Amino acid sequence: MFNYGYFSFASKEELLTKAAEYWNPGKVKFWQDAGTPMVIDRREGYFLHDMTGKRLIDLHLNGGTYNFGHRHPELVEVLKSGLDYFDIGNHWFPSVARAAFAEKLVATTPHMKYAIFGAGGAEAVELAIKTARYATKRKKIVSIIKGYHGHSGLSVATGDERFSKIFLADRPEEFFQVPFNDPDALEQELKKGDVAAFIIETIPATYGFPMPEDGYLKACQDLCHKYGAKFISDEVQTGLMRTGVMWGWQGYGLKPDIFVCGKGLGGGIYPVSACMVTEECGQWQVEDGAAHISTAGGSELGCLVGHHVLEMLQRPEIISNIDFVANFFARSMAEMMARHSDLFVGVRQRGLVLGLEFDHPEGAIAVSRALYENGVWAIFSSLDKRVLQFKPGVVKDVELCQEIMDRFDAAMPRARQLLRSMRRVA
Amino acid sequence: MDGGARLNVPDRDLSSAHMKVGRAAWAAKYYQTFDREAVLRIAEAVAKAAFDRAAEFAELAVEETGYGVVEHKTIKNRLCTHDLLDHYRDMDLVTPRVDEDRKIIELPKPAGVIFALAPVTNPVATVYYKSILAILSRNAIVLSPHPMAKQSSVAAARAVAEAAEAAGAPSGLIQCVEEPSVPLVEEIMASDKINVIMATGGNMMVRAAYSSGNPALGVGPGNAVAFVDPSAQVDAAAKCLVDSKSFDNSILCTNESICLTLEENFDNVKRALRTAGAHVCNEEDTDRLRSYLWGDKGFNLEAIGKSATWIAERAGIRVSPTAKVLVPVVPKPGQDDLLFKEKLCPVLTLTAAVDFQQAVTFAKHAAKRGAGHSAAFHGNDQTHLVAFSQAMPVYRVVVNAPCSQGAAGFATYLPPSFMIGTGYSGRSSIGENVGPQHLVHWTKIAFGSDVPANLEVVDLSQTTQTPAPTASPMATVPDPSPQTDRNEIRQLILEELRSLKGSL
Repeated sequence: MFNYGYFSFASKEELLTKAAEYWNPGKVKFWQDAGTPMVIDRREGYFLHDMTGKRLIDLHLNGGTYNFGHRHPELVEVLKSGLDYFDIGNHWFPSVARAAFAEKLVATTPHMKYAIFGAGGAEAVELAIKTARYATKRKKIVSIIKGYHGHSGLSVATGDERFSKIFLADRPEEFFQVPFNDPDALEQELKKGDVAAFIIETIPATYGFPMPEDGYLKACQDLCHKYGAKFISDEVQTGLMRTGVMWGWQGYGLKPDIFVCGKGLGGGIYPVSACMVTEECGQWQVEDGAAHISTAGGSELGCLVGHHVLEMLQRPEIISNIDFVANFFARSMAEMMARHSDLFVGVRQRGLVLGLEFDHPEGAIAVSRALYENGVWAIFSSLDKRVLQFKPGVVKDVELCQEIMDRFDAAMPRARQLLRSMRRVA
Repeated sequence: MDGGARLNVPDRDLSSAHMKVGRAAWAAKYYQTFDREAVLRIAEAVAKAAFDRAAEFAELAVEETGYGVVEHKTIKNRLCTHDLLDHYRDMDLVTPRVDEDRKIIELPKPAGVIFALAPVTNPVATVYYKSILAILSRNAIVLSPHPMAKQSSVAAARAVAEAAEAAGAPSGLIQCVEEPSVPLVEEIMASDKINVIMATGGNMMVRAAYSSGNPALGVGPGNAVAFVDPSAQVDAAAKCLVDSKSFDNSILCTNESICLTLEENFDNVKRALRTAGAHVCNEEDTDRLRSYLWGDKGFNLEAIGKSATWIAERAGIRVSPTAKVLVPVVPKPGQDDLLFKEKLCPVLTLTAAVDFQQAVTFAKHAAKRGAGHSAAFHGNDQTHLVAFSQAMPVYRVVVNAPCSQGAAGFATYLPPSFMIGTGYSGRSSIGENVGPQHLVHWTKIAFGSDVPANLEVVDLSQTTQTPAPTASPMATVPDPSPQTDRNEIRQLILEELRSLKGSL
């Protein structure tokens, strides 16, 4: 019996039935078919507990949402303390939490002028696109093929058609895609003189973290400026120290005109996102501050948590821990690849952002399942199923990291077996 | 702003302390594979850096705490650098041991993360000492200073940490809590990420360490009795006593608390103490000193680590400005006089027994107040020495030397230490001067006694690794001539010690 006080379920099976019936049959079926039918019950630190009691180490982190792990005690304390004083606030008015958080965000990136808040990453992307259009008085937005920036009206139009066509939300007349790591293709679009912005994830997550080639991002930024377009960095998965610096673009010597962040900004306990803009881009806030409004965007509770998330990420102990974790997995993955070279063929890594390549078009699905069976939860890349997203958090400790690698090693024979049967079917 | 913050803010210091422990665990993981050469290279670098700034930090510590004497603290700090390292240089805690006769191979397994308290009395020396022990035993250490000595402790810890990292140690090997507090220390001590606690400090802290649920090495307070036997060279003994009691204003827990002699020798000892620079109190002075040092709430804390003349002035006693030690006199060795308790200040209570047997009985009981700690014996009567040592509930009897320095291994051949194990008598897990060997356990590979085994062919080379050169921007080229340097430094220290010990 799973009695939660407010509701109860007799079993995991009952929950799955009801979830399929009332919530989302497609998602329920998908995970059952994938062999990873997780229903997250208890959670703490980097651990998830399925309703069956099975414990999983979380390496998915929802793209960094759980950068600090689940329900980090310090962040929970901050939110609880905030609830004794604030609520989500009233977006119309200036607020202490919003002003303080905006100032703290701007301080991390001095060339930016304003922080504009939303409730989620997609909203921040909407803000970014709207801002670029305002600043350039142009409409066209260029993104990369297999890029991903969210599911709302403008953001979904930048991404893969899998997510837009089904809702007739693709806008081919305004949104163009160019291949990743191909600055010439971008230039061809920019040359037309009608592009408002080029938006790109600093390392494209849903595409499996392919690494930008040396100089690629800088070339894109310079090309944008050459042709009067804005360069937008999507930092939803690469921001917040995940690549070893506060914002991923800082590590590539960039100075985006606009960038967006979300996910981990709210510490996994209260949603908040931000779109950071330069003074020039942010002029619409001077002209008409209420041109974009959002009831839950920049909620005061979210701002309070976000403020503390930034403070924690700036501590020397955290920065050092990130370094240890990143180096550990660099070393360990190289060893693991040597031990399992028949299927494990590549590692893409920058800081705590890793993509592991397997030698099969759907290799990462098999590995994800094998890891799941061995107590580790890591998700494949939706847009490149050869690649497993492997995303350790910033406060992982040495013992847990070692345990992950031990479990990883133990999962490889099972992954091999699953792949063999997948090949037979193919 | 009035009335403080409107929201509760999590204890950032506590949170950072937990993060330091996590970082230390990473450092320990890598450091425990370092080979002996790398360990010694780091230890040398730390000893050198610590030595170079010993005087600066001594000054800082005295300024911050108000305890002790800069010159003496400098000596103590320096003793915890090259001398400490020299003492342990040949103790190999890195290389596996092979005993072919007993068919046993031993592999060293460092503790991991040490949580170490540094007291207000010897802040910098303790930071140096515990850091070097951690380095030699291939452990990571998180130091937590006494709140009253945090500035000097943090500065000293930062200096040794930087030197260690520059010499190739993993980042985070030596860390220090910047804002210590009692709740913080208690919580970190109980953390399951801590492998061993090195507790030096007040009795409350040491007991808390033992109650934490983690393995702990703790020490207790002292109350050293120095017995001046009729066989002693009284003048030499008096000089030892005065040098010891005036050293750093008696802030070391190994300092003599009571000078005990026999009535036949009483006047002789008084005269010798006076000659050596002590002010021997008359009855009135003794009473004044007693009531000054013990108020309603126990020992008067303001007197800790202050000079004899400072204390005399506060107590209303007229003394010569050159007086180094105050000697209250309690003619009969009863147990109840407050002056027989521990005094971390240059006050040495003099008393006399009617015979040797009464002396031992008294000394034994007085030492229970500092059980397991130290005592001193001045004289050449070996029978008395053994009888005294056998009866005393202490684990060190320093003979014909100043006890402050002697018991801590700086004027004797005892291991140099700022952790004087007070053993079972003093409710401690360890009865000797703590060294790096106490921070390593060994995995014993034991072959069947009747089964043939060839231990010679066992390859143990994989148990350690030569660490990859660090890419840290702080990395510096190792000093090409450390040996010359060190010898010069040793000479300096020896000279300082000689001047301190006088005839010794």
